[in-house]
Amino acid sequence: MKKSYKIEIDCANCAAKVENAVKKLDGVNACTVNFMTQKLTLETEAEDQTAIVREIARVGKKIDDDFEISVK
Amino acid sequence: MKKSEKKSLIRIIAAAALLIACHFIPLEGIPRLLMYLVPYLIVGYDVILKAVKGILKGQVFDESFLMALATVGAFVIGEYPEAVFVMLFFQVGELFEHIAVGKSRKSIAALMDIRPDSANLETEDGIVETDPEEVPVGSVIVIKPGERVPIDGEVIEGESSLDTAALTGESLPRGVHPGEAIISGSVNMTATLRVRTTKEFGESTVSKILDLVENSSANKARSESFITRFARWYTPAVVAGAVLLAVIPPLFDGQWYKWIHQALTFLVISCPCALVLSVPLSFFGGIGGASRQGILIKGSNYLEDLGKTETVVFDKTGTLTKGSFTVTRIAPAAADDGRLIDRAAHAECDSTHPIAESIRKAFGKAPDRARVEKVEEHSGRGVSAVVDGSIVRAGNALMMEEAGIECAKASAAGTVVHVSENGNYLGHIVISDEVKPEAASVVSELRKRSIRTVMLTGDRAEVGESVAAELGLDSVCTELLPADKVKHIEDELRSKSQNGKVAFAGDGINDAPVLARADLGIAMGALGSDAAIEAADVVLMDDDLNKLTKAIDISRRTNRIVRENIIFALAVKAAVLVLGVLGVATMWEAVFADVGVLVLCVLNAMRALKTK
Repeated sequence: MKKSYKIEIDCANCAAKVENAVKKLDGVNACTVNFMTQKLTLETEAEDQTAIVREIARVGKKIDDDFEISVK
Repeated sequence: MKKSEKKSLIRIIAAAALLIACHFIPLEGIPRLLMYLVPYLIVGYDVILKAVKGILKGQVFDESFLMALATVGAFVIGEYPEAVFVMLFFQVGELFEHIAVGKSRKSIAALMDIRPDSANLETEDGIVETDPEEVPVGSVIVIKPGERVPIDGEVIEGESSLDTAALTGESLPRGVHPGEAIISGSVNMTATLRVRTTKEFGESTVSKILDLVENSSANKARSESFITRFARWYTPAVVAGAVLLAVIPPLFDGQWYKWIHQALTFLVISCPCALVLSVPLSFFGGIGGASRQGILIKGSNYLEDLGKTETVVFDKTGTLTKGSFTVTRIAPAAADDGRLIDRAAHAECDSTHPIAESIRKAFGKAPDRARVEKVEEHSGRGVSAVVDGSIVRAGNALMMEEAGIECAKASAAGTVVHVSENGNYLGHIVISDEVKPEAASVVSELRKRSIRTVMLTGDRAEVGESVAAELGLDSVCTELLPADKVKHIEDELRSKSQNGKVAFAGDGINDAPVLARADLGIAMGALGSDAAIEAADVVLMDDDLNKLTKAIDISRRTNRIVRENIIFALAVKAAVLVLGVLGVATMWEAVFADVGVLVLCVLNAMRALKTK
């Protein structure tokens, strides 16, 4: 399942770091973080992404204190 | 300027003023340290806070941490003014970055501001303003002048003109009449229209386009991935260099102060911000600028590749030609023009074949059906009918031959229809697909950019070759089946150079496999054609071929800007590193260079947004 989420991220370098960190999470097939559009595109094995999104929120916060991901 | 930006500007100005004041107050020892700490904390408290939080979370190579480390280090070795200045300038860079990114994001958002807010739905209780997403297919909506068409549909009442500039880049308004299909995203200009919706909002053109643009930068360009990979080892490497510089030389000469001071210079330029920001910003700008011109590019990678196009393979019908048939020549054998076209139009009066339609159009009047009897279609040959009591045949040479009628040898490029009446040859009519007026100049423009042009067509050899000769194409392959086209693309892909790209431009009808197979699939005139929007990498919103060269130019320009930024930023950083080791550059120069590079790269990147 592929879906994109609105995120809030403060710097371009952090965006790259978050992208790499998310890619390493279990169950994530692919992920791109777009700093310019403030969007995170997530592709997962599972249909339900809620758990992974929660995990991303945690990982992102660790990298950039201002990181937010909103579930639409 | 946003509130947070204003606040940060005030902090910067206050700290700068205090820093200058400190310079003139002759204090020594601890009071001097405390004095300098005031502007330092005013301008940098949030960086320090972030750095502490970062360390607690194990983020060592965080830019706030590195800045904090560099400035605290400067305080430790007694370089107070330097520490304050570095923090101050770092914040100037951050502020600038925020403003620049916000600006370009906003200007691109404005370009794509085609999302309709509401639809005026006609219900039993009158007109109700509704969310476009809740309008079912087949309902009637009312679009007032000045409003945006929210959903694709068909006009049932009203005549108006539509501004499609936001979709196609075409500034001339388009007239619409009842029965015509209109696409969402265009703006109704002159009169109220009643429209029956033919699609749901989610399936409408405007949603498709917005989706496409919003997701476009998910496909990253190679130079973008290069930069993120580079950033991943650059920071640790520079920090490691700083540690080595601070520890190893003093073991030999004992000048701890000098070497630590120089090592701090390394920390100041250890953030790859300028690069990591400016490359995606350039691509983002390029994609935004292109979409303003009615060129949708589905990803940074495609924008990057467009500029490397070596060969453009064109489909003929609908791409280089208009895709509509018109009578280009009426050649009577003996009779006058009028008789030939009159008989042909009447014989073809019931046929829905495009050729028949073009003959009727050339005739100019509606054929009088009462004069026509016994219409018979002869498949692969033509049509015969009794017109005014005499037998009229209209068809190809084979038909004439079978009827024992001698016909003129017509060598024209196009479809030839011979006409006979009661066994007497009347002459022939040539019908061909018109070449687009801009096609020849586009082909020569491509040649100027050293791009080879190839045409593939399923059409007959004479037709294809005459079009190719007229346009001056480099190569042409005719009488191809769809599968053959894919094979030809594969041949082109094999023979291209390593970094070159093969683009295929088609109208998206029947050529989805070819669009997908080429390095770059370019769909022309895709407004309203969902299949083409899906299959292509680059979508030209209308069928103006000039957009193709424009897209290639935008791409080349963006690539050049990206290259300039990468080289410039790397060169400056390398220079500062070298000068830092030599002891020529101190933290003053380092932070100045670092922020300067960031500012210049961002300004340069923003040029990508401006397209002519």
